[in-house]
Amino acid sequence: MSEAPTLPEASAPTHPLEVSDEVAITIENMNKWYGAFHVLRDINLTVYRGERIVICGPSGSGKSTLIRCINALEEHQQGRIEVDGTVLSSDIKNIDTIRSEVGMVFQHFNLFPHLTIIENCTLAPIWVRKIPKKDAEETAMHFLEKVKIPEQANKYPGQLSGGQQQRVAIARSLCMRPRIMLFDEPTSALDPEMIKEVLDTMISLAEEGMTMLCVTHEMGFARQVANRVIFMDAGQIVEQNEPEEFFLNPKSDRTKLFLSQILGH
Amino acid sequence: MSDTPRAPIAYVRTEQLPQLPPPESDTGPVRWLKTNLFSSIFNTILTLVAGYLLYKILAGSLPWILGGVWNASNLAECREILSGRSAACWAVISERWNQLLFGFTYPEEAYWRPALAFLLLLVAAAPVLFSKLPRALLVFTAIYPFLAYFLIWGGSIWTPILAGAGFLVGYLVYSRLISQSFAAGMGGGILAALVFWALQGYVQMPFDAALPIALEAVPSRDMGGFMLNMILGTVCVSLSLPIGILLALGRQSKMPIIKWICVIFIEFIRGVPLITLLFVANVVLAYFLPPGTTFDLILRVVIMITMFASAYIAEVIRGGLAALPRGQYEAADSLGLDYPQAMRLIILPQALKISIPGIVNVAVGLFKDTTLVSVISMFDLVGMIRGPILASTDWNGVYWELFGFAALLFFVVCYGISQYSQWLERQLQTDHR
Repeated sequence: MSEAPTLPEASAPTHPLEVSDEVAITIENMNKWYGAFHVLRDINLTVYRGERIVICGPSGSGKSTLIRCINALEEHQQGRIEVDGTVLSSDIKNIDTIRSEVGMVFQHFNLFPHLTIIENCTLAPIWVRKIPKKDAEETAMHFLEKVKIPEQANKYPGQLSGGQQQRVAIARSLCMRPRIMLFDEPTSALDPEMIKEVLDTMISLAEEGMTMLCVTHEMGFARQVANRVIFMDAGQIVEQNEPEEFFLNPKSDRTKLFLSQILGH
Repeated sequence: MSDTPRAPIAYVRTEQLPQLPPPESDTGPVRWLKTNLFSSIFNTILTLVAGYLLYKILAGSLPWILGGVWNASNLAECREILSGRSAACWAVISERWNQLLFGFTYPEEAYWRPALAFLLLLVAAAPVLFSKLPRALLVFTAIYPFLAYFLIWGGSIWTPILAGAGFLVGYLVYSRLISQSFAAGMGGGILAALVFWALQGYVQMPFDAALPIALEAVPSRDMGGFMLNMILGTVCVSLSLPIGILLALGRQSKMPIIKWICVIFIEFIRGVPLITLLFVANVVLAYFLPPGTTFDLILRVVIMITMFASAYIAEVIRGGLAALPRGQYEAADSLGLDYPQAMRLIILPQALKISIPGIVNVAVGLFKDTTLVSVISMFDLVGMIRGPILASTDWNGVYWELFGFAALLFFVVCYGISQYSQWLERQLQTDHR
C-alpha cells in the first residue's frame, strides 16, 4: 500500500488559530502502572495556551488515562505534571485547585440525574467558586444559549437526547470558566446524527481560543480544528505532528496501519 | 401465484396521519372485570372460589368484631353480658386504655404530657418528611427533642435547655476551628460540648434558683405502653439513619483505620441477635460501669437498638452507593467539589434515593423490634399485655382482643411509613420519564 490513505474531509478550510508561547500544561517523564501493567510509559508533553490537541490511537493505548492524569482522576506514580503553574501533588487542596481550572467532558456525559439542567450548571460555581446563585444562573444561561439549548434549562437530564446531554455537559464545564478543556471521547456514545451538534460546539469553543485536549476518533474534526495530532500506542506517544503532515505523511508503521484501518473504508 | 401485479416499491407519504383516541372497548369498569376477573374459565372459577372464601372469613369474623362488648369491668362481667354468644370483649381495651398507651406507673395527671409530645412530633417531623413545607419549620424540629424530653420526663426546664446549649457551644467551637482543618473543628467541637455537659450541673444551679420552672419528674422505669415503643422507635430511627450514613461512607473510605473500624463494627453488630444486645444493655453493661453510676435503662436500650439498626442501614446505603456509576464520582471530582460537597450534593442524594426501600424495611423492622424490650422486663405495649393485664384476675385469658389491638396499632404506623416511602420515591423520580 504505497498510496496515501484517503483524507478525512474538512467541512471548512483550516483557519490558522493563534497559539501563544505561554505554557499551559507540562508533563515530564510521566509513568503510570495499573498494578504490574505499565499503562503510560515516559510521557513528555508540553501544551501551549490556545493549542487544540487531538489524541488518537487504538483502544487500550492509554489516551484516556493520559488526559485523566492531567486533572488527577488517575494518579501517576512517576514524573511531573504542571497545570497552569500548579504542580500536581497528592495534596488535596492542590488537586481541587487544578480541577476547578480544568474542565472535563466525559464519554457518557455524567450529568447529575437528580438535578435539573440549570442546577447541573450552577452547582460547582455556587459551591466551589462561591458565586451568588443569581449570578451563577445568569452565567449558566449564557453558556446554555451558547450550546443552543437554553429552553431545556428546567428539564432533567433524563428528558434530553444524548447530543443535548453532551452539550449540557460542555456548558456545565464552561460555567466554571476553565482555562483548559479535556474531552474524553465526547462523541463515542452518540448516534451519528448527534455527533455533528456536539462537534460544532467544540469547534466554536476552539475558535474562541480555548486550550483543548481531545481524545477522539473524529478525524475530520482533528483535521479542521487541531493544530497538533498525537498518536499513542501501548502507553507511549508514538508520533505527533501537524494534522496535514500527520494524515498525509505518517512516519511510523504503527501510525500508517492505524490510519489505514480507521480511514480505509 | 396470482396475476395481480406487485405493488411498486417506491412510495411517498404525502400527509401526516391524525392522532386517534383508543377504541371504546379498551376502557370502562366492565372491561376491567372482564380482563381481570373473568378472562377465562379457569380464572372465573378462581374468582368464584376466592369470593366464597372471602365471604366465609368475613361472615365468621365480622359479627365477632362488631358485636363485641365495650363496657365491662372484667372478663366475668363481659361473659355475662354476652350470655353465651361468641363475640369480642373489647371492654378490656377501653378499661385498660391508659395502661396500654402509657404503662401502669406513669402518673395519671401527667398523661397530657406524652400526648402533647406525640402531637408535636407530627409537627416536628412534617418539614423533614415534606420538602415543600417552609424550611423555617426546621427550627422547631431542632428544638423538638429537648422539648419532648422535658414533656415526657419532666424535671427542671433548664436541663434540656442547657443540654441544647451544649450542642450550640460545640457548634460554635467547630465553626471557629473548621477553617484550620476538619479534624480540628470536629475534635474541638465535640470536646467543648463534652466539657460543657460535664459542668452542666454547676451551670444549672443559678438558673434553677433564679427561675425554677419544672414539671413533675417521671423516672425512666415508669415509662411504658405504646408510648415506650414510640419513644424507642422515633429516637432510634432518627439516630440510626445519620450513623448508618457515616458508617457506610466510612466503610468506603480510603483511610484504612476508619475503614476497618466501620467494617468490624458493622460485621460484629450484624452477627449478634438483638435480644443478646438487649440483655447486655440490661445486665452486663452494669459490670463495666464504675460502681454507683446510674445509667438510665432507656438510654442503654436506645444505644443498643441504634447500634443494631445503624449497622443494617449502613449496609443498605452501601448498596445504594455501589449502584451509582463511577462517572458520578468522577464528574463531581472533575468540577472541583471537595469530598464533603461531592457526598452531600451529588452522591448521597442519589444513593439514598436508591436505598429508600431498604431503609424503610429496616425502620419498620426496628419499630416492631422495640417490642423485644418486654423480655428484659420493660413494660412496653406487648410487655403490658403479657404482664400486668393478662396476669390480672380481671382479664386473664383475653388474648385475641389485646394482641389484635397491638397488631392494629403497629400496622397503622408501619403501613403509614410504607405508604410515605412509596410517595417519596415517586416524588424523587427524575430519570427517564
